[in-house]
Amino acid sequence: MSSDRIARFEERQSKLKHLSDEELKDRFWSLCEELVQPIVELSKTHTSPSIERSVLLRMGIDSITAHGVVDRVYEAGLLGKGAGHVVLKLSQKTGMGIRESAAAILENKEIILDLF
Amino acid sequence: MTQNNSLDPNKKLDIEKILEGLENYHPSRKGWTWRTIPPEGVDMGPFHYYDMSLPLKNSIGLPASKYFDYIDPQPSCVVTTEIASGRFEDDLRRMRMAAWHGADHIMVIRTTGQSHIDGLLEGTPEGTGGVPITRKQIRASRKACDLIEEEVGRPINFHSYVSGVAGPEVAVLFAEEGINGAHQDPQYNVLYRNVNMYRSFVDAAEAKRVMNDAGIFQIDGAHNANATAKAGWLVMPELMVQHGINCAFSVAVGMGKELIGLSTVPPNAPPAPKLWFDLPYAVALRDFFSDYKMRAQQNTRYIEADVEEAIRTHTIDTLISMLTSADIQSTITPDEGRNVPWHYNNIRGVQTVKQTWAALDGIKQLLTLNHQGPLGEMVRDLKERAVAFLEEVIETGGYFSAVEKGFFVDSAKYPERNGDGIARNGTGGVAANSIIERDSEYLAPVCSHFGNNQPSIGGQKLCYPIDGCTLCKSEKIVYIDELDPHDSCDKRLEETLPYRKGNLIKPETEWAGDGMILTQFFVPLPEEMAGVYGIEMAKKLGLVDPEVINIMIMHPAEGCFVEVKGKVAFDIDLTTLKIPEKEVILPEDELREAVKKVGLRVVAGTVGEDEHSVGLREILDIKHGGIEKYGVKYHYLGTSVPIGKLVDAAIETGAHAILISTIISHNDVHRGQMKKLAEICQEKGIRDKIILIAGGTQVNREMAKETGLDATFGRGTKGIHVVNAMVKVLVSRGQL
Repeated sequence: MSSDRIARFEERQSKLKHLSDEELKDRFWSLCEELVQPIVELSKTHTSPSIERSVLLRMGIDSITAHGVVDRVYEAGLLGKGAGHVVLKLSQKTGMGIRESAAAILENKEIILDLF
Repeated sequence: MTQNNSLDPNKKLDIEKILEGLENYHPSRKGWTWRTIPPEGVDMGPFHYYDMSLPLKNSIGLPASKYFDYIDPQPSCVVTTEIASGRFEDDLRRMRMAAWHGADHIMVIRTTGQSHIDGLLEGTPEGTGGVPITRKQIRASRKACDLIEEEVGRPINFHSYVSGVAGPEVAVLFAEEGINGAHQDPQYNVLYRNVNMYRSFVDAAEAKRVMNDAGIFQIDGAHNANATAKAGWLVMPELMVQHGINCAFSVAVGMGKELIGLSTVPPNAPPAPKLWFDLPYAVALRDFFSDYKMRAQQNTRYIEADVEEAIRTHTIDTLISMLTSADIQSTITPDEGRNVPWHYNNIRGVQTVKQTWAALDGIKQLLTLNHQGPLGEMVRDLKERAVAFLEEVIETGGYFSAVEKGFFVDSAKYPERNGDGIARNGTGGVAANSIIERDSEYLAPVCSHFGNNQPSIGGQKLCYPIDGCTLCKSEKIVYIDELDPHDSCDKRLEETLPYRKGNLIKPETEWAGDGMILTQFFVPLPEEMAGVYGIEMAKKLGLVDPEVINIMIMHPAEGCFVEVKGKVAFDIDLTTLKIPEKEVILPEDELREAVKKVGLRVVAGTVGEDEHSVGLREILDIKHGGIEKYGVKYHYLGTSVPIGKLVDAAIETGAHAILISTIISHNDVHRGQMKKLAEICQEKGIRDKIILIAGGTQVNREMAKETGLDATFGRGTKGIHVVNAMVKVLVSRGQL
């Protein structure tokens, strides 16, 4: 296995020797871009508790409340909608402000179950 | 900042005042700042510099600057110092000291374990090995930096870390609070913090987007491979790959290249032939990453307890930066190998860069790298290996597969493998299985958000539905002061108050009143006994908790150089210190005029059985800036002159003063000679007509009174001091 890898490397290097410095640099960057492309796609289509907490922070909700709200939204299986979305919907439905809505979710986790 | 809030260079930073009104504080500016570099170079004192930035308004130059009109040339690169003692309130004073010596990038290390805390910390708890990064700590520090940057006359970049399992929240916090730079590299989480790999990258995309929009400069974490791999100098092809992945990922998620920096360390250290490894690596990196910034770090992998050894290695590291390039030159405190960095070692780190940069200013105009020889071959080889590494990663199934197979931080030179790479499982690690797929209805009604989201309504900002997010309306930010008043800076400040604002004084290395000092000595004992002796000696000196922090063998049998730290057990009350009154020196013109008016004449000689004449010649001769320079006429009688002969000569020549020099001090011979001079003049009846002055290495200013002389001088005395003393006596006697 190991000697195969070394042989494969020597093969690769012998091909790379034919590239100019500029071509070698271009190859380095096109490989890097190719490598990160699926990770960028993963990042576009996924979210995480920390991302959702960071959204709530930006909505003017304090860090401690944001933590509790994201936990409730996660437990309710709604994180894929966006925690900020959940809070916004509740606010729009009840007429409460954003902060009050977040606090209300901490008071009563059932409150978000029929939002969507 | 209003004029009233400006710092006074003669007053300590008022920490309590900085903490006042933090709830209403907002940073005066955001984003990263580079130094201002005049393209035509900088003229300072008698010199022209090619590669310097504008000088500071207030600063402290290198010790030798006193020979060069106190100039303090500032390198063209931003200079970093890392400050984190666990108590941010004490770090603020260290930041000020570092800024005065030329640091404009202040990096705060997080407390141990913060990267595994799922969420933000609040308040100001005490940290270990770093500071708990919180909104209050950042606000207070940024506020202090605002004052300090105004005092030194150059913007300060404040920096910390966006990593761990709360990366996006930390990034938002930093954007809101005006942090200027941050480490962000998802690979760091995966390899060194065992954060789940998918979580780490998904979080990183959001964090990078937030950082970009706030103008926060990003530094990656690739240098950790140097510090972790068993043979740090062999992992160079992999390092290029790690840098490449973070750069490509950052750009792909929307970060501007001008905000992306590579954290790069010259990987080797003497006694290795450092240049043969570090130079080709530095050149290869700068070729491939020409669109990005270079943050050159100094080597930590091979730092031992010896401070001087570390400084020498760091000097060579800085040389490599200058032979290639560095946008930011980071410094490592040279005591990092033996303790949590001490105040004054931050300054030493900054001085290493400042000294090297000044010495080698414009080096590229004098020397060019020889790419034709082995350098070019080594550079090309590294690049080919890095590209081959990437090809193998892609062939293996991509980045995540490669991490699972232990491709990274293997201590062999690629493609060799030692099998000691760090392998992580995609389903394992901290926060495994915590990423969630976004629903088609997914919405985040805020700015600086990355990835799939509902489109904005009618071209409005994304935060339109909530009437503005905190990044658009800073008044919406919620400030939490403290969560645990018992573990807070207020509590700690109360305890250190007598040492900061009261009259009690203790030395300090990290925290106000910590009392820590360092003793350094040679002891004629072999290594195994030298340390034991050191502890015993320190105990007898009264030091508390003594600890040996360095032993260097001078010879296996002859002895060792030993360094022992320990705490001073007592306070000294400032009001009990007798501070000698500062001698006011009259202006040179006035002195010359007075000398001319009375036609000042002196007789001088070395007294007793003393052949030392150098000191006295320097006081007398015009060549050394002696009294002759001010117009004083002297009659030099030579060495080992009897006191009586000097007095007779003074009477014969009508001299105004007798100057004696006395070096030998065993059995208090010097005191005896000084007293004798006064007595003989008394006997001859000329004491109130003549000025009597003595000098010598063991003499000090306080001896005049006890010996009955008019003035006495010790080391460092110049001719002007002696002239000044004589003129003052003449004035007091009404002769002028």
